[in-house]
Amino acid sequence: MTSLAKLLEAALFASARPIATDELASLDPDASGAELQSALDEIREHYDVEGHGVELVEIGGGWQILTRAEYTEAIERAQLAARPARLSGAALETLAIIAYRQPISRAEIEEIRGVAVGNLLKSLHERGLIDVVGRAEGLGRPLLYGTTPLFLEHFALRHLEELPRADELAIALRAPRRDPDAAAVAAASAEGGE
Amino acid sequence: MLDAPLTSRLDSEDAFVVELPAFSGPLDLLLSLIREEQLDIYDIPIARICEQFVLRIRTLGLNEAAEYLEMAARLLRIKAQMLLPRGDVEAWDNPRAELVRRLLEYQQMREVVDVLERRGEERRNQFARAYLPQQPAPPQAPLALSLSELLSAVDRVLRTVTQPNMHEVIPRALDIPGAIMTIRSVLTLRARIMWTELVENGAEPWQILSTLLGLLELAKLGELRVAQPKPFGNVEISRDVASEAA
Repeated sequence: MTSLAKLLEAALFASARPIATDELASLDPDASGAELQSALDEIREHYDVEGHGVELVEIGGGWQILTRAEYTEAIERAQLAARPARLSGAALETLAIIAYRQPISRAEIEEIRGVAVGNLLKSLHERGLIDVVGRAEGLGRPLLYGTTPLFLEHFALRHLEELPRADELAIALRAPRRDPDAAAVAAASAEGGE
Repeated sequence: MLDAPLTSRLDSEDAFVVELPAFSGPLDLLLSLIREEQLDIYDIPIARICEQFVLRIRTLGLNEAAEYLEMAARLLRIKAQMLLPRGDVEAWDNPRAELVRRLLEYQQMREVVDVLERRGEERRNQFARAYLPQQPAPPQAPLALSLSELLSAVDRVLRTVTQPNMHEVIPRALDIPGAIMTIRSVLTLRARIMWTELVENGAEPWQILSTLLGLLELAKLGELRVAQPKPFGNVEISRDVASEAA
């Protein structure tokens, strides 16, 4: 391997989190972007072609060395490392809504899911998967939530755009304007309450 | 137009839904009912689905009942609205529109959940370098300092202290056990003694106080008697005859 590739490999090995490309660049100020990219390719090929137990992946806006999936069970059996707990279906639903609609308030999430999500938001926030990114202008200025870099890492995404685009989904996104039918139903419900 | 990808997706998901121990919300339950009954999401027979829904939340005993009940009420309302005589065809379809919109939106979100679930599972099966629970602070560099620098630093510190603020510390404010011993030994020699004899002239306040407290302590123990014939007069201390006899 070239000395630049070795340097990058050492840095990637030392870090527990993915290293962003500009952080990698700061390791060697003389290296150009193309040189960095070819060094990264060199490491990846080195692992893939020579058959290493680890691989280099692009994830969460950076690069990271990860063990290959086929060795996970053996490692876990030997209690050397443990897979994190799976997120619940409810947590995944909430994350999916936040990922697509961010910044989004709690009330908007609850409207889509049809259930209260207060506790879920708290635990997702504690796990570092979402963060408060601002406040809405409306009544009570509710907190707005968005996803974090850790969210990308958790779902092996390079960036948010890697999620299927709304128009690629089987069902089209709803139009942002308020549905007149919805207004009609709401009005009817209000009358029905009398 | 959307029907083909939709139904194929639903079919492939059926097995997965059955494995779920609980539904993640009323919309989830509603969608799975629609799948089971193989209904067209755009043309839901409200009366039938409403009945099924209520039946299901009863048998499942869902603990998030409020949210499911709210959906049941919503379904009943739509059903009631559909029973009203239809004035014109446009208005007739409206009661279900909001529900359909929400179901579609929910369905779309579930599609994203599938993607996240698959990607999350992939990542879960790979280990990164272990996270340290708490990144320890980098160790301090060893102190690089010459002797002259150290001495001048000490000098600077001492200079700032102009007048050391010192207190005189008295180890014991009072010495009551000592006073008791003195009084006892005096009383073994003499049966009676006056207060003025017990306390020397020019005694320190702590000595006077110690003697007084010692005296009171011994009086309480019944070893001596204290008498003052007249106000502000001298105090006569005498051995307690009774205790002596005993």
